[in-house]
Amino acid sequence: MTSSAEGIGARVTRREDKRFVTGKGRYTDDMTVPGMAHAAFVRSPHAHAKVTSLDASAARAMPGVEAVLTSEELVADGVGNLICGWMIHSKDGSPMKMGAWRALEGDTVRHVGQAVAVVVADTPARARDAADAVVVEYEPLDAVVDALDALKPGAPQLHPEAEGNLIYDWEIGDQATTDAAFASAAHVTRMEIRNNRLVPNAMEPRAALASYDEAEEHYTLWTTSQNPHVARLVLSAFYNIAPEHKLRVIAPDVGGGFGSKIFIYPEEMVCLWASKKTGLPVKWAADRTEAFLTDAHGRDHHSEAELALDADNRITGFRVKTVANLGAYMSLFSSSVPTYLYATLLSGQYAIPAIHANVKAVYTNTTPVDAYRGAGRPEATYLVERVMETAAREVGMDPAEFRRKNFVRSFPHQTPVIMCYDAGDYDASLDAALQAIDYAGFAARKAEAASRGKLRGIGFSCYIEACGIAPSQAVGSLGAGVGLWESAEVRVNPVGTIEVLTGSHSHGQGHETTFAQLVSDRFGVGLDTVSIVHGDTDKVQFGMGTYGSRSGAVGMSAIVKALDKVEAKAKKLAAHLMEAAEGDITLEGGTFKVAGTDKELPFFQVALAAYTAHNMPEGMEPGLKEGAFYDPTNFTFPAGTYICEVEIDPDTGKTEIVDFVAADDFGTIINPMIVEGQVHGGLTQGIGQALLENAAYDEDGQLLSGSYMDYCMPRADDVPSYRLMTTVTTCPGNPLGMKGCGEAGAIGSPPAVINAITDAIGSNDLVMPATPAAVWQAIRQGRTAEAAE
Amino acid sequence: MYETTYHRAESVADAATRLAGAEDGKLLAGGQTLLPTMKQRLAAPSDVIDLTHIADLKGIAETGGGVRIGAATTHAEVAGSEIVKRLLPGLAALAGHIGDPHVRHRGTIGGSLANNDPAADYPSAVLALGAVIHTYTRQLPAEEFFAGMFETALDEGEIITAVEFPAATASAYAKYPNPASRYAMAGVFVARLGDGGVRVAVTGAGQDGVFRHEGMEQALAGNFAAEALDGIAVDADEMLSDIHGSAEYRAHLVTVMAKRAVAACG
Amino acid sequence: MADVTMTVNGKTVSKTVEDRTLLVQFLREGAGLTGTHVGCDTSQCGACVVHVDGKAVKSCTMLAAQAAGSEVTTIEGLASGGELHPVQAAFREHHGLQCGFCTPGMIMAAVDMINRLGGPLDEATIRAELEGNICRCTGYHNIVKAIAAASAEMAGVRTAAE
Repeated sequence: MTSSAEGIGARVTRREDKRFVTGKGRYTDDMTVPGMAHAAFVRSPHAHAKVTSLDASAARAMPGVEAVLTSEELVADGVGNLICGWMIHSKDGSPMKMGAWRALEGDTVRHVGQAVAVVVADTPARARDAADAVVVEYEPLDAVVDALDALKPGAPQLHPEAEGNLIYDWEIGDQATTDAAFASAAHVTRMEIRNNRLVPNAMEPRAALASYDEAEEHYTLWTTSQNPHVARLVLSAFYNIAPEHKLRVIAPDVGGGFGSKIFIYPEEMVCLWASKKTGLPVKWAADRTEAFLTDAHGRDHHSEAELALDADNRITGFRVKTVANLGAYMSLFSSSVPTYLYATLLSGQYAIPAIHANVKAVYTNTTPVDAYRGAGRPEATYLVERVMETAAREVGMDPAEFRRKNFVRSFPHQTPVIMCYDAGDYDASLDAALQAIDYAGFAARKAEAASRGKLRGIGFSCYIEACGIAPSQAVGSLGAGVGLWESAEVRVNPVGTIEVLTGSHSHGQGHETTFAQLVSDRFGVGLDTVSIVHGDTDKVQFGMGTYGSRSGAVGMSAIVKALDKVEAKAKKLAAHLMEAAEGDITLEGGTFKVAGTDKELPFFQVALAAYTAHNMPEGMEPGLKEGAFYDPTNFTFPAGTYICEVEIDPDTGKTEIVDFVAADDFGTIINPMIVEGQVHGGLTQGIGQALLENAAYDEDGQLLSGSYMDYCMPRADDVPSYRLMTTVTTCPGNPLGMKGCGEAGAIGSPPAVINAITDAIGSNDLVMPATPAAVWQAIRQGRTAEAAE
Repeated sequence: MYETTYHRAESVADAATRLAGAEDGKLLAGGQTLLPTMKQRLAAPSDVIDLTHIADLKGIAETGGGVRIGAATTHAEVAGSEIVKRLLPGLAALAGHIGDPHVRHRGTIGGSLANNDPAADYPSAVLALGAVIHTYTRQLPAEEFFAGMFETALDEGEIITAVEFPAATASAYAKYPNPASRYAMAGVFVARLGDGGVRVAVTGAGQDGVFRHEGMEQALAGNFAAEALDGIAVDADEMLSDIHGSAEYRAHLVTVMAKRAVAACG
Repeated sequence: MADVTMTVNGKTVSKTVEDRTLLVQFLREGAGLTGTHVGCDTSQCGACVVHVDGKAVKSCTMLAAQAAGSEVTTIEGLASGGELHPVQAAFREHHGLQCGFCTPGMIMAAVDMINRLGGPLDEATIRAELEGNICRCTGYHNIVKAIAAASAEMAGVRTAAE
């Protein structure tokens, strides 16, 4: 492998930025097609109700209205129900209970905002006017919004398929050995832990533009997707929209995803169907209110956790019971999030001999819940790291040393919950963070803050996550409906420029830069000669898309495999052209050389020779273009230590993060600037969860925080500048040694913040988000309790 | 947004005529509340009458004993006014923290007062300073102007033209913002008037919109210092309660913000 | 319907639109300038910020008819002669953007901030002034750095080497 100034490890500014800073980005809602009509959905104002009648006559008569389409026509046309693509079996062996989910519902609505009809009209405003004129009568039913309530006897029932609203009752780990560990424990720490529900809030609301070509019987869909090929697969294989070769899905510039744009939603299905039905291209662009009501939410767990320690403060067992709220329907990957993406990480960075977890997934009359940045791993990390901090306090150990005492130190390490950690150095990241924060100086800082009337606290989080999803055979055995490989194609053009077609999708991650850096590094060619092509099923051969921090570890590995093939062929050709032995050919700085001689050929000349095909080795095909599929051999395990210091104003309860240090091990880093950006963003989302964000419902299932007036998005003055550092153990499982960096910040930060606050106020009785009101209340309760003693 | 008819008024008289002629007209001052409300389809005026191009409604002038601010003067103009900063620094600071910079470029004092949002900032200053609201037809003292949440003494079709503030010996505003909306959860304006009296007005926290707190006023009249407010309780039964904070929290914040405003008076 | 004429990025644009048309819709659909985005419906996110008569406003919270006769500058009008505006260049240099959706509004807000307050601007000021602009990707860290650098450059002050 050669390297270049623009190669792996270089802090290269992004090539995609010019279009974004000049307003030339092209997002789905920027697209227009001649004759385009606009869709507006009629949505349920009730969380749970029978639809008793629907009268669209007035709406159909309104100016500009092309059609009002309902559930009845959707079903009659054979459009399939939405599906969850990951089968989970309960501990009794029974399959998960999936209730029917139609893109338009005509019988029973189960969450506020569920679509019952769609209007297609000539302008968005007229479509909305007509949607308001569709008269729908409902018979309201009792609603249930909290997962614990939904499990109680007598709770309102959502789906006939799921008795007691229970989707599955799943377990992992060995219950008997875990119970035995508790029976002989010297100390047990017990906690009830709530992980708050979040709304992803990518800044670009979802949108779709569907265009049906009657002559070709072919559909084109522009949509806000993190994985256009998966969208095509699901739309064709499960929803009967069109066979794959008659459906092109394009995900152009996408304004953030964070998981919420993985899934296939009712709206893009309906736009495709309505386009054929009306003969018009149909566009829909969500407003933020629709985003709050219909984008898959994240998190929402109630858990009980127990940690068993021996007399030497070593962990001997961990027992967890979690109830996960999946909302009104099972979204595409929802079943996997509180199971295989969550409970498999309950060992944290620690050597724990026995773990048992039980997870019940539950229907409620709320927006469906699915993967949101971190997806299961933030819930696991929050649980583990809150319990670790609390246990340290209970046994009187320094929280850093308590963690260190229990770290995994030999690799590979098989946990009791499936995962086999391949590499890591948890002492290294803890040491780096401790040094950066000046842990020894904390007591003095706390005293100084106290002199200003502020409560200062420090909190730790030593997180681990599993990324790079995932080995197809392994996930298949666990219930996944798809393989989770990635594919790439490298096309060397006759003039030597290179196009890389990738199934990974870039919606902020900077692939157009980092993927090109890989090629530059590998072939010693300039970045300006490399293009990255993604997001279009007609251009890119196949792909599984971008989520789970997989684009580097999996997507780039596929590119490496394709580059290997290109290099092998080019070397063979160069050897032939220079009349040398293939084994003597090297590729340095964009030039093929014959070792030990002054013979050389520039990269482009070899490319040209491949296409002129005038002088090829015997049997070699013309051209220089290779494709590859890469299937991971294991998950990757990014890990690190975050330390947060807060100061709290006891008069208002307001928390200020005065210092935040993040020491991450992401393995090989392609572009430090971009990796830092990913961490900054993840940290802010995690701090948002810890301090600000909460999707709150009232008991009738109305979303109380359904706009930015009430859902508190982190703003610039809510968060600090961060201090980042990395330690490196490379991942042995993939060719570049990458682990992934996209979710770490969101996974690791919430417990660090809450541990710091509970340290500052001296009370552990606090749930996320730790709003000023909540912290003030906790301080007051703590003082009342103290006074009572 | 439902369809509406836009009018650009050339004078106050023109605006009044157009409003009178509309089936369900609304005045468009800065539009920073009205337009979002219309976008959400929570308001559907048949006509909107834009006041922002009326020269008579703009500008800030020093009067004998204070400052007169035209109703269509933006928050940014009030915040940046040398006159306001000199005579009523608390008012300038208040205006400089309404909404965000973009909102402050459009939102106006007249629009804010006519809307009387219970979490808006201006009502506290108007009430604490004892300002006079000038309309097309009359003058209304602050005490008579505010009539509970989103309610004022304005008659149907009555247009605010200016607000006249008396100068104060000292004035300051302390706001604890709602973390999400950034509107006031508790905003307290403290004014020390020329006659030695102290007035304290609270916005954002009360169930009936802006209110004065007489207990604090009396305590501060005796001793104009933050400590004077120690032990003065705000009645939680009269405070708002929602997902962002309980009534007890808001009651507590009122005292905290009042102390901070007093301290900021210097 | 209203006949609306305004100057957008130095060019006269005239359209007949419904009175309810927002300035942002006029710019995106009427003038074809899709760099200005809509990220919320409560006038808070700032993705739609443009300059009207030299001042940053939320184009989702202004009717097109209100802007009739005004000079409007959008993100597309910021660079001149193929040269990026210093704020645009700083956002690229400091990785102040990821998905790019909030970026046009962020940049227009930053230019307005620097125009009003001069430079160099400190971190606390920049963070406070960004109250009306929400970004979900960057965590603001690099946006703050970019604006600080641009404000220093525009003020003619050389940034300290990092």
